[in-house]
Amino acid sequence: MSGTGGDADPTSDRRGPMLDVADLSVTFGDQRVLSGVDFRVDRGTLVGLVGPNGAGKTTVLRTVKGTLEPDRGTVRVDGDPVSDRSAKEVGRLVASTPQGTDLSFDFTVRQTVEMGRTPHLGRFDRMGERDHSAVETAMERASVDRFADRPFTSLSGGERQRVLLARALAQETPLLLLDEPTANLDVNHAVRTLELVRSLVADGKTAVAAIHDLNLAARYCDELVLLADGAVRAAGRPSDVLTSDTLRDAFDAATLVTTQPGTDAPLVTPLAERESVDRRVHVVGTGAPAADAVARLVGADCRVSVGVVPAGDAAAERAADLGCEAVTVPAFTGIDDAARERAVALARAADAVVVAGTVGDGNASVVEAGRVRIGVEADRSDGPRGDAHPVTVRDTVPLAALPTAVATLPPPAAEADAAAPLGQSSTD
Amino acid sequence: MRFAGRTVGWSAGLTAVLCGVVTVSAGIGPVWIPPGAVAKVLLNAVAVPTGVSLSGPALDVSTTRLFAYPVTDLQTQIVMQVRLPRILLGAVVGFSLAAAGTIMQGIFRNPMADPSIIGVSSGAAVGAVGYIVAPVAIPLGLGLRGAAFAGAVLAAFGVYLIATRNGETPVATLLLAGVAVQTFLGAVVSFLLLHSGESIRRALFWLMGHLKGASWPEVTTSVILVAVPFVVLLAYARDLNVMLLGEEDAQSLGIEVERTKRVLLALSSVVTAAGVAVAGIIGFVGLIVPHVMRLLVGPDHRILLPTAALAGASFLVATDTLARSGSAEVPVGIVTAALGAPFFLYLLRKREVREL
Repeated sequence: MSGTGGDADPTSDRRGPMLDVADLSVTFGDQRVLSGVDFRVDRGTLVGLVGPNGAGKTTVLRTVKGTLEPDRGTVRVDGDPVSDRSAKEVGRLVASTPQGTDLSFDFTVRQTVEMGRTPHLGRFDRMGERDHSAVETAMERASVDRFADRPFTSLSGGERQRVLLARALAQETPLLLLDEPTANLDVNHAVRTLELVRSLVADGKTAVAAIHDLNLAARYCDELVLLADGAVRAAGRPSDVLTSDTLRDAFDAATLVTTQPGTDAPLVTPLAERESVDRRVHVVGTGAPAADAVARLVGADCRVSVGVVPAGDAAAERAADLGCEAVTVPAFTGIDDAARERAVALARAADAVVVAGTVGDGNASVVEAGRVRIGVEADRSDGPRGDAHPVTVRDTVPLAALPTAVATLPPPAAEADAAAPLGQSSTD
Repeated sequence: MRFAGRTVGWSAGLTAVLCGVVTVSAGIGPVWIPPGAVAKVLLNAVAVPTGVSLSGPALDVSTTRLFAYPVTDLQTQIVMQVRLPRILLGAVVGFSLAAAGTIMQGIFRNPMADPSIIGVSSGAAVGAVGYIVAPVAIPLGLGLRGAAFAGAVLAAFGVYLIATRNGETPVATLLLAGVAVQTFLGAVVSFLLLHSGESIRRALFWLMGHLKGASWPEVTTSVILVAVPFVVLLAYARDLNVMLLGEEDAQSLGIEVERTKRVLLALSSVVTAAGVAVAGIIGFVGLIVPHVMRLLVGPDHRILLPTAALAGASFLVATDTLARSGSAEVPVGIVTAALGAPFFLYLLRKREVREL
């Protein structure tokens, strides 16, 4: 290299975290944006910053790359405070991709990526062989080498984002900051970008990404830091950070947290509206309709039980994901008396029994045991239902209206019954 | 390297164009001198230092003239004493305005930025008109040029101070402060003109921008005032490229943004002031020349800055030749605006100029 750089070695053997943010506070005018943010990022990990709009994710990133001076607290990158370093030194340690992709000058892609070498070049240095090879490698890595000589302004939003990522890679820094790397990207490109970041992390880089999409964040990040109102609400493994409780706290929204198929990463499904319905509901039925009813009711804060369902049925899985009690029997064995009795007890203890999906004869007595019965309209085309109900229900409502229907039930006759803990058949 | 070659190629080509324009221009006037003869006169004037001797306190540099083409004394006289100072001054002024315009458009990331955007021209106007109208009010024995230069630098510095807070100078604030200060100084100039009596003609002539009555000492002074900052500006060309990405990005790419802005503003203000002080207010050169060159060579300042400056020099020499070759001399500022504006509009209509 012709420049003065080279000390930003990604395989640095210094101990301790790559990034240590301590007690960070930032105020804009009289608006407090961050108050006492603490977190650390270990070497060779990808950490996602998640949180609602305006939580302070971008502000955190700006303080890390040294473009914003915090009012209080320190940011240490590779052991030393960022504020003690010159812009050039920081530029050899921390590379970042901006949130926006506006660039009004007609630089070519190659010229744009070459600017990533700036921190490595002295004022009178020319780009050397080392610099050119870093630029080529970065462009290949981000797959922008195909249009290296096209003007930046002629590219699509996704392509621009990759060019800016290539620029950050050309900086050859141990720490990479990504501000909404997947914003404006379709699902294919979003996944490809994050796969690329993952492979960079596998090669020894450390990355911090502000990510809007909770499910992408959960799937690709080693750890998450959940920010809300300028403070860290939760930090740690995605499955520990993304829970209904923390998300309600941070986003003020009802969510359903399950597991992403094929992984153990949490899957967050936002629910339409937060209706808090403090009722006990027993769901009878199988398949997706019953599973959806369970999710909808849990999302509305109902205490839900399910059964009898065959083990492995969608409704049983969903109940298990959400921590609801389910009375299950092994698949294809029919309903035995013990199971039926337990389900009947749960149904009797509930404020309402909801009938969704296919209900077989074995469950007829469970439905009968309900004080109030509510049917869920068959609004899907994936199976015959409705007239399969062996029992009549008081009302039939669309799935979306289910929480409201439960909420508007007349108050239970016996409060004591309703307050009894789930899972005890002694209420009968 | 490919890129360096391109820069050298363009710069050499534009230097050749400038030499050509200067040669032709020096032949044009009440007495027509063919370009061949002008070239011989110019070559005869080329001297190289051959020895240095210390005679008393002064350093004596002896020079030898390389060429001795046969030309008439009259031709030598006309070219060397009458026309060349004005032509070279025009070249320096065009060079300075185009260079400063390039820098300002880069700092402001705005195609409408011109060299006087932070009040340089208005400050020079106050200094110059103040001197013309009430010379007693100008202290320190500054001449007209000195007063204009001082006014220009003071105005730019004032705008910078107004726009700076906590060591940061946001370009948007700088732009607005520049507009406000320009308006205020415009009012001062109008007031001075109102009370200028006999000297109003001279003041107006200055305000329109002209190169009349240029002398060799002026050429020397302005060459130094422009050349020194320009060399430093060239060293900042790559920083300016990175600044185009936005200040936040530039900072994270290792540019000390505020310091760089300060250096660039100060140097380009001095460069502009040097040009405006000797030539008055000449519009459009600093706006249009960088634009056109950006279309030709691209936005990279390492090539854009030298080529725009050279093109600006040729442009102003050519337009000044037009300005002085009519039956009655016209201030060159009128010519640059009259030619530049329609050309710019033509580019605008062709959609060649959309953005920076």
